[in-house]
Parts: sequence; structure tokens; C-alpha cells
Amino acid sequence: MNKTLLIFRHEFLNTIKRTGFIVLLLALPVLALLGIGILNITSGIAKPPVEVNKIGYIDEAGGFDQFTTQGNIELVLFDTTEAATQALIKKDIGGYFVIPPDYISEGIIKRYIIQREVTPPDATISAIENFISSNLLAGKVPADTITRIEAPLNLVTITLTSTGEVAPEQGGLTNLIIPGVFGLLLALSLTFSSSYVLQGLGEEKENRLMEILLSSVSTRQLIIGKVLGIGTAGLAQIVVWVITIPLLLNLASSSIGGFISTIQIPSNFLVLGVAYFILGYLLFAVLSAGVAAISTTVREAQGLAAIFTLFAVAPFWFYSLIMLFPNSPVWVVFSIFPFSAPVLVMLRLGMTGVPAWQLAVSIAVLVLSIAGGLLLAAKLLRTYILMYGKRPNWGEIIRNLRSG
Amino acid sequence: MLAVEVSHIVKSFADKVAVDDLSFSVAPGEMFGLIGPNGAGKTTTIRMMMDIIKPDSGEVTIFDAKLGEATKNRLGYLPEERGLYKKLSVIESIIYLASLKGMDRKSVEEKADELLNQTGMLASKNKKIEELSKGMGQIIQFIVTIIHDPQLVILDEPFAGLDPVNTELLKGMFAGLRNRGKAVILSTHQMNQVEELCDRILMIDNGRTVLYGNLSEIKARYRGNSVLLDFKGELGEVPGVTAKRPGKGYTELILDGQTTPQQVLAHLVSRGLAINRFEVATPSLNEIFLKEAGRKS
Repeated sequence: MNKTLLIFRHEFLNTIKRTGFIVLLLALPVLALLGIGILNITSGIAKPPVEVNKIGYIDEAGGFDQFTTQGNIELVLFDTTEAATQALIKKDIGGYFVIPPDYISEGIIKRYIIQREVTPPDATISAIENFISSNLLAGKVPADTITRIEAPLNLVTITLTSTGEVAPEQGGLTNLIIPGVFGLLLALSLTFSSSYVLQGLGEEKENRLMEILLSSVSTRQLIIGKVLGIGTAGLAQIVVWVITIPLLLNLASSSIGGFISTIQIPSNFLVLGVAYFILGYLLFAVLSAGVAAISTTVREAQGLAAIFTLFAVAPFWFYSLIMLFPNSPVWVVFSIFPFSAPVLVMLRLGMTGVPAWQLAVSIAVLVLSIAGGLLLAAKLLRTYILMYGKRPNWGEIIRNLRSG
Repeated sequence: MLAVEVSHIVKSFADKVAVDDLSFSVAPGEMFGLIGPNGAGKTTTIRMMMDIIKPDSGEVTIFDAKLGEATKNRLGYLPEERGLYKKLSVIESIIYLASLKGMDRKSVEEKADELLNQTGMLASKNKKIEELSKGMGQIIQFIVTIIHDPQLVILDEPFAGLDPVNTELLKGMFAGLRNRGKAVILSTHQMNQVEELCDRILMIDNGRTVLYGNLSEIKARYRGNSVLLDFKGELGEVPGVTAKRPGKGYTELILDGQTTPQQVLAHLVSRGLAINRFEVATPSLNEIFLKEAGRKS
């Protein structure tokens, strides 16, 4: 077998056997399944029993005797608080409220319950509100108007394209979720995979395996096999996520429905996600190789590599700012800046979409940076990978790079 | 055909010339010593022979071929700085590193069993490298060096950190390699090991050749004008001896320019002296090195 392929296979298998890799790979599907499970269980438990759908009331103000059926909730009139309390203790009703004689001037309603709660359930509040407002307005305005007052509007926002047509992606909060989660996983995967390159080369340098390897293969074979082997493992991780996201969403929307079923995945998102992983990884991996070459220990290399891997996670520090002003020139610049581009573009894709020219420029800059990084790393490797002892200082490194 | 031929190689790093116009050759079936103090340029020379770094000028050929991927498979190299993948098992490490020398898995496994058995390490076959002692790790590295049956074996400081038992084990295996017609290059600063094992030597200092050639010829050239004598009784005056220096268990007799050791021995025998040991004093490689290095500088 070709030696590059042997190294590729060795690195790929070694990476997918790492505990960190397996944990990260399973994190998304397991957490999502867990989330769906917990939602299903709690919503099943929280379904209110039928008898609790009765709410009692005592009308001391007078005139509150119509509209006693509000959706699933029935309002039952009691003459005295004692009678209502007895019904509550016997669990005939879920609670009762008192409309005092001075209600019109004060607006205070007291509600009595047995089961402690953080806030009253939305359904109970709206049932009581609608019951009171309906009775107050009865006979004074038409029935249709009463309905409208209770639910004044249902706001539907439609995003148009620059040509005035309805845009295929309508945005909104639900659109943030998948790119946000995916962006976070992309940042983790990028930093993890490139740190495997760093760790692998660093260890081989630190424990002096490098010389044995280089007596069998060339530097080029070693780097290509290693970077592609570890990168393929990282890519496999991304592909597993990309495949599971739609499956999990289907599962979630069929079992939970509601909010989840409104989540959309931007159409070009998955393709761009894979493309940005490949480019981002290659850039980080070749630079990690260069850093490993000039460092004497893995720990030292990790410190140096943090300088550029920080940029991968940096977009999350400014998440709320990006959400508020997604098209600010600052973010446009950082979408083109190669270290932050992969993750930032993912986040912005979910928020507003990224114009095609920005995607093109950002990808072009990434490709150029990879080429430059590769040349730089190759030079550093040839010069420094077999030098042990003290790390060369920056001046020395720059002089060596210049002299070629 | 020569196993390796090095001609006029030069290598400089940023601030110093590490190897300066070195030439030598090693034949199959020969144990060759590459000796010199730390920092003399031995490892740099070896790295150029292994095609790990390129010489600034000069040429290296291995079995008459220029260095490349094919020649790497015919070489076995035990570097001075060594290590293995700590998390891999012994057999996994051997299989991976041997596969990079062009061996297929099945033949690696067969050969590994044989070598592990020979070195008494078979029981550790499935242990992780991190569970082994340092000496055991070195044996595994030696197995990795020779498992693909290389024609040329280069050993850089092979005895560093080894206990006497393992040192003897390795010495025996080196001799076995030579007897099977392999060319073996032994690079070390421990000159006594070279005296014991090597046929020819290259002694370098500051990247330059100090001495090159057959070991016994070199030593004969540096043979001094004295004999070592261990005897019983009264020595008295010996004709042709200008001075006597007492040593540990012997007396060194310094001869004048005209007298040979044979004449001294004949005189002592004729006097009936009880002689336990009579030896022409030969300087050790170490002494030769100190003398030569001092002269050149």
C-alpha cells in the first residue's frame, strides 16, 4: 500500500477511536433525543386532568353570568367563598376567584388555589380575562367586536426578495436554532480536529518518533497522510450531524409539533456547512502542523495554536450583537477573515442570509490562506521538526524562513 | 557493491558548519564505527544518509542508488532520540512502523513473533508501550529497526541507557546481522564499544574526518614505545628501558628508540623472571582521539 495511504489509515483509525471524538460525535444526536424524550415525558405528565378544567368564581360585583365556557375551561358560579373552598378541597374545581364589589374601580381579582405554582397557567389567565371582558362588553358592542378585542391581531410578517417576490426563507427566531447549534458544533469540531493534528505531530516530535517515521517516509507523505486522515475523521463527524439533523427534526416535529415543526433549515446551509468545515479544517490543520514543528512540547504547541483557534469560537462571544446587527460591516469583514469565517458565516446564514459575493470572497480568501499556510508549514517542518531543546525565537524563525 | 558511499558531503545550519567534507564507504558484512564526541556531526551525517535532511553539497548512494523511497525500505535506523506511540500495543506499533517499510501485515506478525521470542519479549506482545520499562522499549525499537531485514542498519548510540544484560543481548544481535552479510554502522561516543565490535572506523570531530580506516591498523599506527608488565620478583635494570611507571597491577616500561618489545621480553625470560603478563601498550581509541583532536585544534 502507498505510504501516504498507510499514514492516512493509521491517523483516521486512531482519531475515531479517541474518546473525545466519540463523545463529540454522539453529543448532538444523544442530546437531541434526550431533549425530545424529556419534552414528551413532561408534556405527557403535565396534561391537566379533566376535572381541573373547572374554575369557580364568586360574583360580588354582579353581572358576570354569561360566557361561562371559555375553550376547554368551564367557569362555575358559587354563592359563597365557603362553598367554593369546599369544592376546591374536594377537587371539584382547580381553583376559584372572587370578583369584588369595587372591581370596576380597582381592577383587583383574587384567585385561590391548593397546588402551589410559579405563575398562573396561560390558559387559566386568558380564560378569566376573556370571561370578564366578554361580560363587561356584553350588550354594549357587537359580538364580533368582543372577539376582536380579546384577540386584536395575528401578526404575519412576510420577507420579500430585492425583486419584490416572497423570499424562500422567511427568517425568524426558529431559523436561528439549527445554524446556531451547527455553528457551535462546527467550531468544536474544527478546534478538536486541528488539535488532533497538533497533538499528533507534537507527540511524535516530543517522544522522538519523528525520526523513525522520517527514516521510512518523506515529510510530505507524513503531513498529507496525517492532515487528511484526521480531517476525514472530522468530516465524518460533520456528515453524521448533517444527516441526523433533518431526521431528528422530523422525529421532533411529529412527536412534539408546534414550535419545532416551524424550524427551517436554510437550503444552502448543509452544503456550505460541509464546505466551510473542509476549508476551515485545512487552514487550521496546516497551521497546527507548523506550530507543532517549532514547539518543543505538546503543551507549548497548544498555547501557540490558541492564538488562531480562538477566532473559531470568537463569533459566539458576540452572538447577541451579531443577532442585532447581522449585516454590520464588522461582521462582513470577519466573514472574510479566514480564521473566523467558517463559524461566523454559519451563524449569519441562519440570521439574515449572506450575499453571494461575500461567500465567494470568503471562500477565495480561505483557499489562498490554506495555500500560504501550507508553504509556511512545510518550511517550518523541514527546518524545525527534528530540532529539540529550546524553542527558536521569532526573529530566528523569520530569518530562517527568509533564507529559505 | 558498497552498502553506502558518502562522498564530500557538507551541511551547514544557520550559524555553524555541522558536517564539513566527509567521505567514507561501508561494505556489506562489515561493522563500521562512526565515532566522535557529542556534537561532532554524527547524527547530522546519519540523517543525510537516511534522506531525512539534504546535504548542501556532496552525494550519498545506498547500494549504488540515489536516496529515495526505494532506498529507505532497505535501511534500518535506530535513532539516538527514540520513542514509540505510548497508547499503542507492542504488536500494533511494530505492525504500523514495519508497514511503512513496505512489509505486509502477515509477514510482520510472523517475524515479530520470532524476534520477540528471541529477545524474551513475547509475553509483552499485547502490552501497551506505556506499560514497558525504558530498556524494554529500546528492545522493541531495535526490533522495529531490523524487522524488515534491511541490508544496511544504522544504529545511533544503541547502548545509551541499557543495562548490561540488554547491552550484551544487542551486541549478540548486531554480530548476527554482520554475519548474515548486512552492513552495520554503529555511531557512538562510547569508543570502548567500538573497539570491541567494529572492523573499520571513521572518527570525526567538528564535522571533519580525524581518522578513517581499519581499526587494528589505526591502533598499530598509534602503538606507543612501551610495554605493560606484570611479574613476580625483582625487576632490576633492563637494557633499553628508560623509565618505569607503576600502574594498577602492572608496571609500564618506557623503551628507548632503538629497543623493540621482543628484545625486552627475551632479556626478561633469560633472567628467569616470573612473568604473568607482557603486553605491547596500545593506546585506547579514546586516547588516540584526544591526541588527534588536540593536534588538529
